[in-house]
Amino acid sequence: MTLELFLQHFANGISLGSLYALIAIGYTMVYGILRLINFAHGDIFMMATYFAFFGVLTFNMPWYISFIVAIILTGLLGIGVEKAAYRPLRNSPKISILISAIGVSYLLENLSIVLFDGRPKPFPTPNIFADVINIGNISIQRLTFIIPVVTIILLFLLLFLVNNTKSGMAMRAVSKDQETAQLMGVDVNSTISFTFGIGSMLAAIGGLMWALKFPQIQPLMGVMPGLKCFIAAVIGGIGNIKGAVIGGFLLGIGEILLVAFLPSLSGYRDAFAFILLILILLFKPTGIMGEKIAEKV
Amino acid sequence: MKKIATLLAIILTISTLFAGCSKKEQQTSSSNSNSDVIKIGVFEPMTGANAAGGALEIEGIKLANELYPEVLGKKVELVLVDNKSDKVEAANAAARLTQKEKVTVILGSWGSSLSMAAGDIVRKAQIPAIGTSCTNPLVTKGNDYYFRVCFIDPFQGTVMANYAYSKLGAKKAAIVQEVSNDYAVGLAKFFTDSFKELTGDPNCIVAVSNYNTGDQDFSAQLTNIKSANPDVIFAPGNFTESALLIKQARQLGIKAPFIGGDTWETPEFVTIGKEAVEGATFSTFFTSEKPITKESEKFLEAFRKKYNHEPAAVAALGYDAYILALDAIKRAGTTDSVKVRDEIAKTKDFEGAAGKISLDENGDAVKNAVIKTVKEGKFTYLDTIEPKK
Repeated sequence: MTLELFLQHFANGISLGSLYALIAIGYTMVYGILRLINFAHGDIFMMATYFAFFGVLTFNMPWYISFIVAIILTGLLGIGVEKAAYRPLRNSPKISILISAIGVSYLLENLSIVLFDGRPKPFPTPNIFADVINIGNISIQRLTFIIPVVTIILLFLLLFLVNNTKSGMAMRAVSKDQETAQLMGVDVNSTISFTFGIGSMLAAIGGLMWALKFPQIQPLMGVMPGLKCFIAAVIGGIGNIKGAVIGGFLLGIGEILLVAFLPSLSGYRDAFAFILLILILLFKPTGIMGEKIAEKV
Repeated sequence: MKKIATLLAIILTISTLFAGCSKKEQQTSSSNSNSDVIKIGVFEPMTGANAAGGALEIEGIKLANELYPEVLGKKVELVLVDNKSDKVEAANAAARLTQKEKVTVILGSWGSSLSMAAGDIVRKAQIPAIGTSCTNPLVTKGNDYYFRVCFIDPFQGTVMANYAYSKLGAKKAAIVQEVSNDYAVGLAKFFTDSFKELTGDPNCIVAVSNYNTGDQDFSAQLTNIKSANPDVIFAPGNFTESALLIKQARQLGIKAPFIGGDTWETPEFVTIGKEAVEGATFSTFFTSEKPITKESEKFLEAFRKKYNHEPAAVAALGYDAYILALDAIKRAGTTDSVKVRDEIAKTKDFEGAAGKISLDENGDAVKNAVIKTVKEGKFTYLDTIEPKK
């Protein structure tokens, strides 16, 4: 394998990995606060792409306005899902909320099949994202540079929000002990709503980036990315935001390099991701960044 | 209070029991009066990755049902089931048609894997199925109850290998196949065999890459293919994945032409792939630019009137499967599914919209193939290839 070829593969890996990282952040943040694996995350991500799609094509909004509207709507959707499906079960065993999350996931999938039709739709990609940059023989889509930047900016914003603001302090308090936090005057309900809103908006940004890179949307598009990002979050240590970013990059680059070096196994890349999940759960269930328990959230 | 509640519960339970009974009575009486309806099952993907393909065939089947709503003096009712582009769901859907709906004939499906999932079920239930555009040889092989109105992949693979070799002058080819799809894997194999024979070079396939149904990222596979520098890339697979694949190939700077199979002919292939799929060439069953039979003209006229756009080849096949089923029921003079099967098997020189249908001993139609290409966002006719006699 030439250096050039390797660099091209590496660029592909970074591009895919940063997408995983972006979506895994939202996943892991919700888990950090609520100890709830939000299996509907991938479907919320799908809904965001449809919001943006209809914003551009039905309401003729410019793409940037449509994207902002889609992100806000998705945030509201996340808050709504939390109110309707998770809040009533807050004092039930964790497994009930988990099952409720799976229910929400199926509901969103099937609802969008009914509402938006099961046929895939082309997602409009503005040229500024789609342009290709050539460095020597290596071709890289401009989006490949944008996604990691967005991921890193969001990572720092989120870390700032969690560590340096009042709402962040409330989130950390709720993640440690809901009852005590409530006794100390923290409004648990609104803190959790806020967390879900932020988590869903992160899913929305991830979804929009995903749809720009793979310009085709359909109701079941969130299933595989949702699972992959769950794996990324577990690799990084679920609940740990920086870990999710690292996990996302590792998974993305790992998948690409697997196909690059062992082309005959290219049909097994999903299997590779799941095997990685099993290995992590067997040998290091806390993930890469899992030890620093104080850092959770 | 508690007693009242219990009483209420009992009353409710009993009343639901009665409700159940009355419903059952209604059903039996309706099925009695329904004996002057002939049920034809439509077994197609309406959701999932293949939904667009299924929708095209259903367009053709519904049109045929409107033009020919009756047989043996009875009304024909279409029973549509969704096989959800999924092999497990396909088996469930076929079981529902054979056991619950008790249809006379089944039409479909788009996609060989889905049809193969139904194969055993229709054979055991002894209900004949007419495949629309499932081209893998295994769909009908060893199954007396599965037929089809389209040609099969050994022929289609040869057609595309010939096209690559003689028209494109290709000496080296790369293959990207949807490895979880029997259709794509089969077609890739027939293409490989035929291309090796044509070039006389056992190393003419310079790269083989796989992907799974639903995959969206093909950058690693394509980077490998780019480094192998093929003259042509044969990429049989589902239309959405193929459109994304070609798009990503162009972004990676791959200039080699892409060729594929009949599954590409859906509007989504062009709307998703946009300018990247310009020049993509594939084999298919039928073109509206060259009507073949009287039935084609009738079909085209009615189709354009009803849907206001040009029919895809698979719409014509859906139409053909329906009229063939009706013709077989008419020849059998009964809705007994075993007798209908025997009549379907005897089909010879039947005039369909997509050409004359003669079924061979496996139940496969022997037909011309058409080559089309994407030109200015439209599927454009290039050539017709006749089967080897």
